[in-house]
Order: sequence, then structure tokens, then C-alpha cells
Amino acid sequence: MNTAVLRTEFRLFRREPGAVFWIFLFPTLLLVILGSIPSFREADESLGGLRPVDAYVPIAVLIALIMSGVQSLPQVLTGHRERGILRRMRLTPVRPSALLTAQMVMTGTVALASALLVLTVGRLAFDVRLPAQPAGYLLALLAATASALALGSVVSALSRTTKTAGAIGTAVFFPMMFCAGVWLPVQEMPHTLARVVQLTPFGAAARALGEAAAGDWPGWGHLGVLGAWAVLLTAAAARWFRWE
Amino acid sequence: MPSVIEVTDLRKSYAGRAVVDGVSFAVEEGEIFGILGPNGAGKTTTVECVEGLREPDAGRVRVTGLDPVADHERVARVLGAQLQQSELQPKLTVREALELYASFYPDPADWRPLAERLGLTARLGARFAKLSGGQRQRLFIALALIGNPRVVVLDELTTGLDPRARRDTWRLVEDVRASGVTVLLVTHFMEEAQRLCDRIAVLDKGRIAALDTPAGLIRRSAGATVISFTPSVPLDDHDLAALPAVASIARKDGRITLSGTDETVNAVITLLARHHVTAHELRVTDATLDDAFLDLTREATA
Repeated sequence: MNTAVLRTEFRLFRREPGAVFWIFLFPTLLLVILGSIPSFREADESLGGLRPVDAYVPIAVLIALIMSGVQSLPQVLTGHRERGILRRMRLTPVRPSALLTAQMVMTGTVALASALLVLTVGRLAFDVRLPAQPAGYLLALLAATASALALGSVVSALSRTTKTAGAIGTAVFFPMMFCAGVWLPVQEMPHTLARVVQLTPFGAAARALGEAAAGDWPGWGHLGVLGAWAVLLTAAAARWFRWE
Repeated sequence: MPSVIEVTDLRKSYAGRAVVDGVSFAVEEGEIFGILGPNGAGKTTTVECVEGLREPDAGRVRVTGLDPVADHERVARVLGAQLQQSELQPKLTVREALELYASFYPDPADWRPLAERLGLTARLGARFAKLSGGQRQRLFIALALIGNPRVVVLDELTTGLDPRARRDTWRLVEDVRASGVTVLLVTHFMEEAQRLCDRIAVLDKGRIAALDTPAGLIRRSAGATVISFTPSVPLDDHDLAALPAVASIARKDGRITLSGTDETVNAVITLLARHHVTAHELRVTDATLDDAFLDLTREATA
């Protein structure tokens, strides 16, 4: 890990107002908008007595991960490759993999900070209980972050240009948002659909986070699905990624 | 003393087409060595093998005795390079780029005097995307020098620069050499090669067509001397063709331009005197590297 490269990537991220908004502010903003609707603050039978605003906290957390992993990361990585920055780094004693690692760490950190902001605002503004099983919540969150970054890396590996990365990213973005439960929380989905969605990384993450928020240890089945996706996608990205 | 760069019988093919086909040369400490050739001659592939960006199919490349592929990290500490068509992060400032790249090397140069020397001091706070073409090139030269290298590779350094920026860049390259750094310069500009290089390898279709000093290359070519004049009465083509060692004859608007050797010059003067012809605006000049280059690459084609 090269700290100078990491510092630079953080600095450059701060200069991208679009990325800062979508990754760091948008998930919280969405929670605030939904939480402002009175009916979202009333307990709902179909959510097992939770209020919709409670159910939307883990979903907003996942939006932060999806935005950072699928939308932001591939743009930056393919951009670095397209501009010959990775190639230029190959001429220095520091390998270009340092740039990739720094970008992953930076994106992951910002996504987790955004998740923390969602939890804090949910607690302060809408009285959403903090996760009752914090260790399980953190574990599920880290596994979901790893899957999101790995998925973003696969998109970067498959895209020759930033344009392609944008197109593939958007194509992947909406199904992932659906699986995370943005339109319909996974708990409310019809049984068969929910079973399929739970096999996707963000469907499994939504269930694991929901369980940990309620105070249960997240199901090993969900964590297993997340872990398997993270390993599989990382292997695929490593196999297909090109430096130039 | 061993050569700084040694390339022996280098070969590299893409999709079965030999791009570099048995190239050998050695660059000595402190010289500016040029690789000159038309587009697609294999220049960039050759230097990419020197930089360790490509693995040769066959042959041997050594930089200060090290293999650029196997010993990549050690070679990267002694070799600085500027790449053709590369960019930096658009929102990275000049100062940040210099600091970042300096941090990659164990014993970097102080970037402040380097920026001063390259005329970048006023632009330290500017983002890469806002720099002009010349400023970008100067920044890339600074990044190539920031690790205190023993040798720098400059690939198509002045392509796309205006004439003034080009001349400024040439002065920089001379400064770099004066500071003791060996320079490997890739170019397709004859004027640039003639002005800067101590020795030049002319590359054509993946092979070395000639390797000599700029003056040597010109001398070797058939038409090293150019004679031009406007005769007071028309001269017979037959007489001109009979001149000794004449390499080419061209007529334009009554003006005759011949290329050949010193012997040709003497014979022309004798011919004019014999026919009582006055030569208006008689000029005798050395051929340029341009002429030599065309001559050399034509020979290789034939």
C-alpha cells in the first residue's frame, strides 16, 4: 500500500462534486426525503412491525455501496487506463497495482463513511434504532463492500473505454438497486422472487443487514452468498483486467 | 566502461508481423542517441522493450547491465521516461504530480529547482487538464527526471508543439545531457535529430538502415552536397548527367539543383566556364539529414 498514492486519490475524489454527491450525500438525502413522508413513519404489518423508514436505512446503506462500486469505481479505473496513467506508473519503481489498491481502499472508505452518515441521520432525525447486532452488521457491511468493489472491478475489466464502463455500469446498476430493495424491500417481495434476489450480492446483503439491524446474527447463508460473490468477482476481475 | 543501454538482436512481432526485426545498438554514457525512422518503423516498440513495458520475443536488452523485464524495479530507478500520448489525472495539480512521483523513488531530485528549470514554477497550482501542450510536455520531462535517473527515454517529445515550444524543448534536452544524463531520443523530425543527437540509428521496417553521427549519415548518402544556380543560358541535360558523382538533377523555373559530392561541384564550375555560362545565385550547401534519410530508407526499400 502506497500512502502517497492513497492520499492523492482521496484528494482527487474530493474534487469530483458529482461523485461526492452520489456516493456520500445521496443515500442520506434519499432517506431524509422518504422519512419526511408521514406514512413512512408508521409501523407496517408487512414489514414485521417495522416502519418503512426503518427498512430503508439498510437499503440506503446499500445504495452507497452500489453507487461507489458500480458507478464510480469503473469510471475512475477505466479513465486511469484510457489516459495512460497506469502505463506511466509502470515506468516507476511503484507498480500500477498500487493505484488500483489505493482506489479500492478509497472507494470502500467513502462508501462506509456514507453508510455511517445514513445510520447517524436515521438515528437522529427519524429515531431509527442503531443496529442491535453491531458486530454482525459490520461483518455484513464489509462483505457487501468487498462484493461491490469486486463487481466494479469486473465492470472495469470488461470495459475498454469510460463510455463502455458507463454503459455497463448503468446496465448493472438498476438490477442491483432492485435487488437491494430500493423499489420494494426484499422482505416484501413475493416468496419466489425473494428467494432468487437473495442469491444476488445486494439481495443477500439487504437480508443480512436487516437481520443484524433487528438484533439477530446475520444468516450464514446470506453471508456465504456475499463471500462467494466477492471471491468469484475478484477472480474474474483479476483474470480479465488489462493494464493498457 | 559498459554501455548504458545495450540492445542485441532484438525481435518483436505482433500477430505474426515482425515489427522489430533484429535491432542492435549500444548507447554510451552521456550521449544523446537518436532513433529516427518513418511512422511504423518499430521505434516505439524498440524503446518500450528498453523501458520494460514489452517483453522481447528474442534478443537481449540491458539497461545499466540489468534486464528491464526481470529487474523491472531496479531499472525503473535508473531509467526515467516520457511516453508518447500519456496523460495524468485531469484534476491533479502540477505540484501534486511532482510530489507524488518524487515519492516513488528512493533518492528523488528536489522538485522545486526541477520545476524552475522547466519553467513550471508559475503553473504549480494549475491542474493537468488546464495545461497547454508545451506545459504538459515539460511536466512529463520533469516526471522523467524526478527519480534522478542515469538515462531518460524521450519518445516523440515535440510532436504537436509549435516551433517556439519545440526549440525551447530542444534546449531543455541539451541541458539534461549537460547535467550528465544519457538521453535516448525517439523522433521522426530530421531537424530535431540533426540538432540534438550525437549518434542516430535510422530505423526502417524494423531494421537498422544506418547508424552514425548526423554528419556521417549525410556524408554516407550519395548526395551529400547540394549545388543550385540559375544559368544565363539553358544547359543541356546530357552535359549535366555526365557530371561525376551526380546523385540527382532537378529543374524548376529555370533553376537547376544538383546533388552529389565535392567533385561534382568542381566539375559544375568547369562546365560553366567551358560554355561561358554565368551562374546566377550560385549556392553550394551541405545536404540536410532529410536528404540523407530519404536516401537511406530508399536504399533499404530497393
